[in-house]
Amino acid sequence: MSEATNTQPEFQIQTEYVADPYTLPLEDVNPAQGVLFQNDAHWPYFERLRKEDPVHWSAESEFGPYWSVTKYQDIKYVDMNHQIFSSEGGITLADQDEDFTLPMFIAMDPPKHDEQRKVVAPVAGPRNLAALEPEIRQRVCNILDDLPRGEEFNWVKHLSIELTTQMLATLFDFPFEDRYKLTRWSDVATAPPGTGIVESEEQRRAELLECLEYFTGLWHERAKRDEPGNDLISMLAHGGSTRDMLDRPMEYLGNLILLIVGGNDTTRNSLTGGVLALNQNPAEYDKLRQDPKLIPNMVAEIIRWQTPLAHMRRRALVDTELGGKQIKAGDKVCMWYVSGNRDPEMFDDPDAFVIDRPNARSHISFGFGIHRCMGNRVGEMQLRIVWEELLKRFHKVEVTGEPERVYSSFVKGYSELPVRLIEN
Amino acid sequence: MPKITFIEHDGTEHTVDGEVGLSVMRAAIDNLVPGIDADCGGECSCATCHVYVDPSWMDKVGQPSDREESMLDLNPERESNSRLSCQIPVTEDLDGLKVTVPEFQM
Repeated sequence: MSEATNTQPEFQIQTEYVADPYTLPLEDVNPAQGVLFQNDAHWPYFERLRKEDPVHWSAESEFGPYWSVTKYQDIKYVDMNHQIFSSEGGITLADQDEDFTLPMFIAMDPPKHDEQRKVVAPVAGPRNLAALEPEIRQRVCNILDDLPRGEEFNWVKHLSIELTTQMLATLFDFPFEDRYKLTRWSDVATAPPGTGIVESEEQRRAELLECLEYFTGLWHERAKRDEPGNDLISMLAHGGSTRDMLDRPMEYLGNLILLIVGGNDTTRNSLTGGVLALNQNPAEYDKLRQDPKLIPNMVAEIIRWQTPLAHMRRRALVDTELGGKQIKAGDKVCMWYVSGNRDPEMFDDPDAFVIDRPNARSHISFGFGIHRCMGNRVGEMQLRIVWEELLKRFHKVEVTGEPERVYSSFVKGYSELPVRLIEN
Repeated sequence: MPKITFIEHDGTEHTVDGEVGLSVMRAAIDNLVPGIDADCGGECSCATCHVYVDPSWMDKVGQPSDREESMLDLNPERESNSRLSCQIPVTEDLDGLKVTVPEFQM
């Protein structure tokens, strides 16, 4: 999320890739290529690394040299040891441009991380969610009832984006008629220039500054109120450790982008991934129809199977050892959640989608330790409600063509999934 | 076996057997006590097994480690008697322990 706003200046979109990583010398295996994820071709890369070199050095990549950590337990170790593996300065492989850095609490270490996170955590807390559930369910029902019937449509656009955007507007108490701006800013923040969303880094910065300007207006409006609302902007504007954040506008923008992307791309792609997974596994779809009580566990399995953020990155603060490798202070260390979630030592038959998998909840998609996803319950709730309401209405959401996947080794998602609704 | 009582925020009590050497969290999970998720499996890294320890038991239960403290401290509703139940090993001394499951975790 954090450094999404940046790419190396020399970056060229790659369209070619090696399909079989076993044909490469081991040292040339570099999974951090958007083109691999766009083509769903990253799986054998991680399989090979887990087997042959679980903590793996890539001397060259689009993002410079970095370590890949690919096994579940090693990833968890890195995530939990924030005093060795720092988040300060960025949590994706890409580096921030020095003249346009966006500080945000996900990319900070304690104590500042803890202070800022604590201010906004209640918005995604169970109490607030219980209060929001009826409104969210109503919105889900409205969206489902408006879906096109008897014809093919793009699930990503009509359901996944629409729903997560409405949810985000609710959490920000954002003017509802302007809500598509949130989707746009989320996309602008994460897509590399030239991949169809923005054409240049200049365009990206200009649009993100518009985002800042819009939210600055909301801040002033919320800060004036005597009774702070339960929305994120009010929490920041009234929170003890954040109420002066407007004096540091890039930090305000950074945290907005964090919350917009965190609350958007992730759930969006899990909403789409679930439909794809059930279509690829019709016996599981049958199992679900026979026992809707499996929905909460299925939601965890969808989040494991999809892994909507493929990685998080840290930087070693000191020389250290991991998996027998010597990591130097300053090295980038990439935790490939997408690989940990398919580690056969943790999950039996890990590539299978099993809605009643006993340990599905142990997936690593939310991360572990102090940076563990703050909005995990929000995402789970949205997925749960959507599947509860879908089962009431439709026999099947039938996938009618191939999905289009996003060019990114960070956001693991879809731009298109053609479907048709089969009525009960 | 030591008995451990989990009290839901609405007052509902669940008294279960704890196994010496395993954690208080494990006693909750094995007996389906609501409100204890323990997503990380008991490694002090998800903070979904938060409990409030009955004040009269605080001395016997002991203090959280630095790591546990850093996870607890992320929660604006932590109290001075907050603990992660995966980090409390069951001992014979804890027979009769009472802990409350926070409302925010239900």
